[in-house]
Amino acid sequence: MAVVKYSEEHEWIRVEGDTGTIGITQYAQEQLGDVVFVDVPAAGRKVAKGESVAVVESVKAASDIYSPVSGEVVEANAALAESPGDVNLEPMGKGWFFKLTIADKSELDELMDEAGYATFLKSLG
Amino acid sequence: MTAPSDGPLKRTPLYELHRELGARIVPFAGYEMPVQFPTGILVEHAQTRNACGLFDVSHMGQVRLTARPGHSTAAALETLVPGDIAGLQPGQQRYTQFTNENGGILDDLMVTSTGDHLQLVVNAACKDADLAHIQTRLSDACEIEPMFARGLLALQGPQAVTVLSRLAPSVAAMKFMTGAFVVIDGARCYVTRSGYTGCDGYEISTPADAADPIARKLLSYPEVKSIGLGARDSLRLEAGLCLYGHDIDTATTPVEAGLLWSIGKERRAQGSRAGGFPGAAVIQKQIAESAPRRRVGLLPEGKAIAREGAEIAIAGKIVGTVTSGGFAPTLGRAIAMGYVERSQSANGTQVELIVRGKPVPAEIVPMPFVKHAYYRG
Repeated sequence: MAVVKYSEEHEWIRVEGDTGTIGITQYAQEQLGDVVFVDVPAAGRKVAKGESVAVVESVKAASDIYSPVSGEVVEANAALAESPGDVNLEPMGKGWFFKLTIADKSELDELMDEAGYATFLKSLG
Repeated sequence: MTAPSDGPLKRTPLYELHRELGARIVPFAGYEMPVQFPTGILVEHAQTRNACGLFDVSHMGQVRLTARPGHSTAAALETLVPGDIAGLQPGQQRYTQFTNENGGILDDLMVTSTGDHLQLVVNAACKDADLAHIQTRLSDACEIEPMFARGLLALQGPQAVTVLSRLAPSVAAMKFMTGAFVVIDGARCYVTRSGYTGCDGYEISTPADAADPIARKLLSYPEVKSIGLGARDSLRLEAGLCLYGHDIDTATTPVEAGLLWSIGKERRAQGSRAGGFPGAAVIQKQIAESAPRRRVGLLPEGKAIAREGAEIAIAGKIVGTVTSGGFAPTLGRAIAMGYVERSQSANGTQVELIVRGKPVPAEIVPMPFVKHAYYRG
């Protein structure tokens, strides 16, 4: 079964083998409001953990998306160009942003599991 | 002037209603205001354009001016604004600006003559400063009554006339930029056919304790939904209307801002009441020779959104700055407005908007982006 981890910047990463699929959480999409555009990274781009790799534009504001781990982008969610609202409807489903090959799986240990993220959200009030 | 006043956040008479409706509340101009309701900004925006939206704008400042014996409120107010106020007939409303000695804009406001008084509606973030300004300059000629506790509801959209007519049939015949005293749900209100969305609609000034019941009454009609500040901003941007503190401020003149239409002929050079307002010399000179820069509409290519602060360039040279930008739900694309050097400001000029370091091609276009739908009779 795939493992899902969370960052304090409200990104999630679903790990299947060496591949991670990355998106933003339910909490993040609620905070952003209606998403109207997502600027996703191109396949082949090498990204570092914590690097700004995507931008999500809501009606209200633009927000940077940071890669929760290092790796090489293998696929971006092309469907978001036509239906950015998928991020609001299914942030952890069809609203995913991009997939990457994870360079160093030990970086995953620094992320939160679901229970840890839930506790983190509570701490935000 | 745009900084919220210090101290605890204030609440409008509709605060409890907003909470009941599940609003996301944010601090705005010193008030706890609803930025959006659970359906979100896109739905609220479409609701207003297609049917009817109810906005709480009670945070804005309402001020009443009454002439002291031997004085005229219009003549007094004309010493602070470039608008033709003396020419206002009873029941007429006009948009104008408080200017400073450099011709910059201290605030923009609506002025309505009731016959006996002038009623002003000013921006929330500026209202304390505006009141002090008026008190300093106009106290000899006018009694100045801040009515900051009153409610102000904006009912906007093509169905607004149908809805408000049910409660007050006389409002159907009102024309854009006129006002009248109207009894709504037993309360004496002052209604103007105006707003800041580009839609037909009304602004309803209510006694403080009548704001909540009138709002609930309006929301009981199926055409009406409550709308937050988020959609208010996207609606006014589509309508090409200036947001104070962003598109206009103390460093922009009404001429640069494309608000020359709001300066009546009588107040311009050679007019019968020419000048006499702060910064008149600067503004008259700009009217005669045109301003060094101009507010323009911008239509970026593609999906990227150029927001406030993005630079405007031509062939790598910076020619201006975006002052408002966002997604236009009615058009399904990004729009923006900003200031560019006059020599580069013609419609059709190709420019680049620098979004996160990357140039986005854009064209200078006329505004509004979405046609105004005002009722002019």
